[in-house]
Amino acid sequence: MSKLGVLFRTTAVRLSALYLILFSLCAAFLVFYVTGMSERLLQQQTRDAVTAEVTQIEQVYTRAGINGLLRSLERRARQPGANLYVIAGPSGEILAGNVASLEPGLLDREGWTERPFAYQRYTDETRKDSHVALAHVLMLDNGLRILVGRDLQEPQKFRALVRQALMVALGIMGLGALIIWFAIGRNALKRIDRMSEASTKIMAGDLSQRLPTSGSGDEFDRLSESLNAMLGRIEKLNEGLRQVSDNIAHDLKTPLTRLRNKAEAALARKGTSQRGALEEIIGESDQLIRTFNALLMISRVEAGSAAAEMSEVDLSQIVSDCVELYEPVAEDVGLRLEADLAPAMAISGNRELVGQALGNLLDNAIKYAEGAGEPLIKVALGRRDGKVVLSVADRGPGVPEEKRDDVVKRFVRLDDSRSKPGTGLGLSLVEAVMEMHHGALELAATVPDNADNGKGLTVRMVFPASAT
Amino acid sequence: MVTRMKILIIEDDIEAAAYLAKAFREAGIVCDHASDGESGLFMASENSYDVLVVDRMLPRRDGLSVISELRRKDIHTPVLILSALGQVDDRVTGLRAGGDDYLPKPYAFSELLARVEVLGRRKGTPEQDMVYRVGDLELDRLSHSVRRQGKEIPLQPREFRLLEYLMKNAGQVVTRTMLLENVWDYHFDPQTNVIDVHVSRLRSKIEKDFDLPLLRTVRGAGYMIKDDRTAGA
Repeated sequence: MSKLGVLFRTTAVRLSALYLILFSLCAAFLVFYVTGMSERLLQQQTRDAVTAEVTQIEQVYTRAGINGLLRSLERRARQPGANLYVIAGPSGEILAGNVASLEPGLLDREGWTERPFAYQRYTDETRKDSHVALAHVLMLDNGLRILVGRDLQEPQKFRALVRQALMVALGIMGLGALIIWFAIGRNALKRIDRMSEASTKIMAGDLSQRLPTSGSGDEFDRLSESLNAMLGRIEKLNEGLRQVSDNIAHDLKTPLTRLRNKAEAALARKGTSQRGALEEIIGESDQLIRTFNALLMISRVEAGSAAAEMSEVDLSQIVSDCVELYEPVAEDVGLRLEADLAPAMAISGNRELVGQALGNLLDNAIKYAEGAGEPLIKVALGRRDGKVVLSVADRGPGVPEEKRDDVVKRFVRLDDSRSKPGTGLGLSLVEAVMEMHHGALELAATVPDNADNGKGLTVRMVFPASAT
Repeated sequence: MVTRMKILIIEDDIEAAAYLAKAFREAGIVCDHASDGESGLFMASENSYDVLVVDRMLPRRDGLSVISELRRKDIHTPVLILSALGQVDDRVTGLRAGGDDYLPKPYAFSELLARVEVLGRRKGTPEQDMVYRVGDLELDRLSHSVRRQGKEIPLQPREFRLLEYLMKNAGQVVTRTMLLENVWDYHFDPQTNVIDVHVSRLRSKIEKDFDLPLLRTVRGAGYMIKDDRTAGA
């Protein structure tokens, strides 16, 4: 019973029940309309036939008088399947005809009987059932009354037949609908049960579980598929989060340990000046703070909370500021910083974050191009397919193609770069900033066909075309 | 000695506040402490401080509302906002509420100290001074010229602004971040020693042909321009 109750709570079943009720109402209307119409049509035919006969009888009476009329009626009454004929006296007593009895008072009025009436034929005396007929009463000038009628048995039988046929058809349809209803509802319920079973497992922590799909591509499949895609994303984010916390643990523990070791060493150095050691400790903790700040900044940017501070900014100005800021640093290590900037490139963005991102790129370029390959870093700002592209190209060792996705991840540093200072967060921040600006970060080789190691790295920040 | 600077720290973390107070006292700054927004607001309104150091998230009344309430009462004590939020737009909202400087946590104490000192002495540094002097070095803000011992030293525009900021805060430590913020007007972390390179270029220009060094590196903190002879006298 409760199973049925659950079944009825499904949308499919509710809808089909509603359809069933509506359909039944329409069908019932159809049955009554069709039978009613056919009945009216048949009655009309009956009336026409009776009227024709009455006209004939009147003509016979006028031509041949009462005797001719009687003979004519006699003849007509004996025909098989004859109509009803009654000749009655002025007081209503039946004188001749093929009718045994009539409803009383029927002959008192000339013209059509108001409604079908019951009567009995002579032949029916054994069977007591009465017939129903429609008749026309004619008053002759000598006081005789003549009734001409037609039996309604056939039309009524026809009507009953039609009605019965329609009812049977309706019944079959209703039964079919019920079966389909039950089947659909049960099927839907089963699939939903399977889905909730799977989601219970997922809730229990097994993120690798997926909702079942039947492969039919119906609405359940589509729902399952999009939920599965969502689960995939959650799993990936979760994985990323775990990786990040592992990395944080590792990359923060290392400098913390170093810090502690230095403090210990300073403490052990009795009497002598501890100033140098303390300064080293401060430097170490500054690096830690820097890493923390970079991490915080990335997560803020990724959370999109900085998106509120976007405004129209002059990218050309930011780039030339940054180039000016980093130029002496590059020069100091023997690198040339060349800038090719299109003027007045306006984008919708956050000046600080774009500056920080470009700063990270320049810092990387200077760090890795130092003493490797051609001592040149090119910064270019221009348009490509309507988009604003800012690129920093160095001629350093570059990044192998298969590693390019990795270096963007947090704390990922290529083995040969571990000796260089840095947090391993620079490119992660650039990527987060580009995502916030609805742009893209592209990494490529500066000299693609250079077989030896000095391919160089070109990093492109691609901003979407400005709204203006 | 000049009168000691007096500041108020409004910070709900008792331990952090105690550490800050001790460090400030060691640096020669008189320090009061309030542990929630309401009492902080009361103390700041009743007493006269040179600088307020206000944490953003405080019990009973948040830091920003303390600042705007003070400003509404026409109290214009310089305020430095400390914030653990560190959001990019935090600085903007903080400064909009009436703060004068902003420092995200975690910070180095040397950075905080340098900023507090600059804020506290700001009242004494007349902005309208057209010529800054440190020893025999002279910077004319109107003609954008720099002389030492009467000899003109040609500087790039950025180098001029760098020296201008250092001389405006002569005798005080300015950190690298402060220089980036005030000379370049950016608030990001430049990762490497960008500022150092700019400062050392400036230094070579103003000190190369002269005996007495003026621009000193304060290890672990930043830079300071100072004439040692006047300080010693």
